[in-house]
Amino acid sequence: MLDNISLLIQAPLLNIQLLLDGLFIGAIFALAAYGLALVWGVMNVKNLAQGDFVMMGGYIAWLLSTYGIHPIFGLPVAMVIMFGFGWLIYITIICRIINRDLFTSLLATFGLALVIAQLLNLAFGPEVRVAISGFAINSFFDGMVTVANIKFIGLVLAAILAAMVISFMKLSRMGQAIRATAQDPRAAKVMGIDTERIYAFTFALNAAICGAAGALISMIWVIQPFFGIAYSIRSFVIVTAAGLGNLPGVIIAGLGLGGAELYAGFVFGAELQQFTVVGLLVVVLVVRQIQQRKHRQAVQ
Amino acid sequence: MTTRIKFLRALTFGVATAGLLATGPVNAKVEGDTITLGSAISFTGKYSTNGIHAKRGYNLAVKRINETGGVKVGGKAYKLKIIYYDDESTPLRTAQLAERLIKQDGIKFFLGPYSSATTKAIAPITEKYKIPMVEAEGASRSLFTQGYKYIFAVLSTSEQYLASSIALAAEIAKKNGKKPSSVRVALAFENDPFSLDVRAGVMDDLKKYGMKAVIDDKLPRDLSDMAATLTKVKALKPDLLVISGHSKGAATAARQIKEMKIKVPMIAMTHCESAKVIKNFGASTNGFLCPTQWAETLSYSGKLFGSAADWNKLFKATYDGYKNVPYQSAQASAAVMVWKDAFERAQSFDTEKVRQALSETNMKTFYGDIKFSKAGNNIAKPMVLRQIQNGKLNVVAPSKWASHPVEWPRK
Repeated sequence: MLDNISLLIQAPLLNIQLLLDGLFIGAIFALAAYGLALVWGVMNVKNLAQGDFVMMGGYIAWLLSTYGIHPIFGLPVAMVIMFGFGWLIYITIICRIINRDLFTSLLATFGLALVIAQLLNLAFGPEVRVAISGFAINSFFDGMVTVANIKFIGLVLAAILAAMVISFMKLSRMGQAIRATAQDPRAAKVMGIDTERIYAFTFALNAAICGAAGALISMIWVIQPFFGIAYSIRSFVIVTAAGLGNLPGVIIAGLGLGGAELYAGFVFGAELQQFTVVGLLVVVLVVRQIQQRKHRQAVQ
Repeated sequence: MTTRIKFLRALTFGVATAGLLATGPVNAKVEGDTITLGSAISFTGKYSTNGIHAKRGYNLAVKRINETGGVKVGGKAYKLKIIYYDDESTPLRTAQLAERLIKQDGIKFFLGPYSSATTKAIAPITEKYKIPMVEAEGASRSLFTQGYKYIFAVLSTSEQYLASSIALAAEIAKKNGKKPSSVRVALAFENDPFSLDVRAGVMDDLKKYGMKAVIDDKLPRDLSDMAATLTKVKALKPDLLVISGHSKGAATAARQIKEMKIKVPMIAMTHCESAKVIKNFGASTNGFLCPTQWAETLSYSGKLFGSAADWNKLFKATYDGYKNVPYQSAQASAAVMVWKDAFERAQSFDTEKVRQALSETNMKTFYGDIKFSKAGNNIAKPMVLRQIQNGKLNVVAPSKWASHPVEWPRK
């Protein structure tokens, strides 16, 4: 461990590589987590199929690439298809569980996750797939720091998507309606907002965001029918760490998680990479609990 | 809550029992002129692709044996037949289906499932009922350390997968006038039973040569990024980088080695082929060393199928859509050949006599030599190491079977 820290001090350029890679990986995590936070905040549905939506997006981009369509153009296609898929899932499944208890929504979305993973497996087989972007790779500082253009593009696209979603939520009528529904569905209904439609739109939007994340993952890492769970877990970690309803916090937590993962992997070794991240989550939750207790006492 | 679980348990049990009762009449292991082998193997789930490769290997050998006179026992020619069940890639199911094959279908001779995990689940059962099993797809060395007496494996065990790359690195160091102990090795292994088995073999060989592991990372199962490990590789510049993590590990490593421009003179990894690294990452994979159980270019040959190349040709002619035939199919065919050989030497269908004959197996096949140790693993066939050279996989080690010299350092 000390050797690894001294390596970082002796070769400070390594920090740049780790930070950059952390940023790239974190941006994708943040994207998937953003959708989860949206659905969780607005509809109070904890979507355990989040990672499987991500994988679906990846498969759409990969499938198009096998027909000669560049996966970067597969990204918008994945978003559109996943938007429709999300809407369909809402009207067939989610609308029936939205007013039920936590257990029901967890069970339903978990079932959905299993079904999606198995369907992907039946359709495409269990092989690991990669979509090839074919973009150049840049090296800096004599090859000590390398940045694949596709990762950079992924970061930019993730940022643009996040900015679009945030401004959409802040500025558009639909966004306002979503926020109003999140605050108080009954009041929103009284004010003439069609909450059913809002819910369907929110869920579909989440699926579309997942689709985009998945398309990027297929170009930057690998996809496989059963890898969704890893992204579901990370999304939950990020949303929990950021705190519910804190959308900008999700982005910061996502980027932080990416960076923390890579530093932990470098310093403690890969076996403790995720352990460290989950450990950090525990620390965040404990600290927040203590803060809230103080707050509660002050209020009393 | 507990009542609900109890209810579900009762329901599952009830349905399972009903399912068992509903199955047809009890078959015997040898009926008329047919010997029936049984296998619970994966046709769905995560092992489905390789499960199907294995099934085709089994079927091809059965077909060939039946066409060329069958199995001759006591002056009579018997045909072979296999009953399959789909274990859905879950070890628990494999174990249930094994019981079913034994109790319901009366099967006395087993062919293995696909994967070490499912083989591990089935071995205690075949052991309990004293049913011999010839398996071709479970490589974990832990299968052969339990004192099992009824399991026989035609393939090389997992700790041999990458050990030969260490020997090769030592050989190259010596050729360059350096001590083998000066070789610095970086290890990146997935934290799962198979990869850790592979790692154990590598560690043994490292110790043998006194080499130092400068990086020893165990990658968690759901890790999709190796950037932290590879950044360390970049900083420490090892002489050899060894990677094992199934197809995901190979695909991720190949992708990130390209993207991070990792320059290590020697890189060895498992699952190059199943991850399709050559097709996906092109020239950047040149020089990768990939272990394999078998290759069609090897000069092995045997009675039933002729040479390795002959088997390869026949397989391609029988099943459409194969550009390269996976070794999983080859070793499955070999397992069926072992059964035929054992029946004919035992001249009996008594499981104990057949088991004895199996343990005395000593044959040459298109898949390599087959001879079992006391523990049941094949000790006559080595793992071979192939290197990606100009987009092709060429055998480079061990030197007895090498068709091309190893390219070092990789560009």
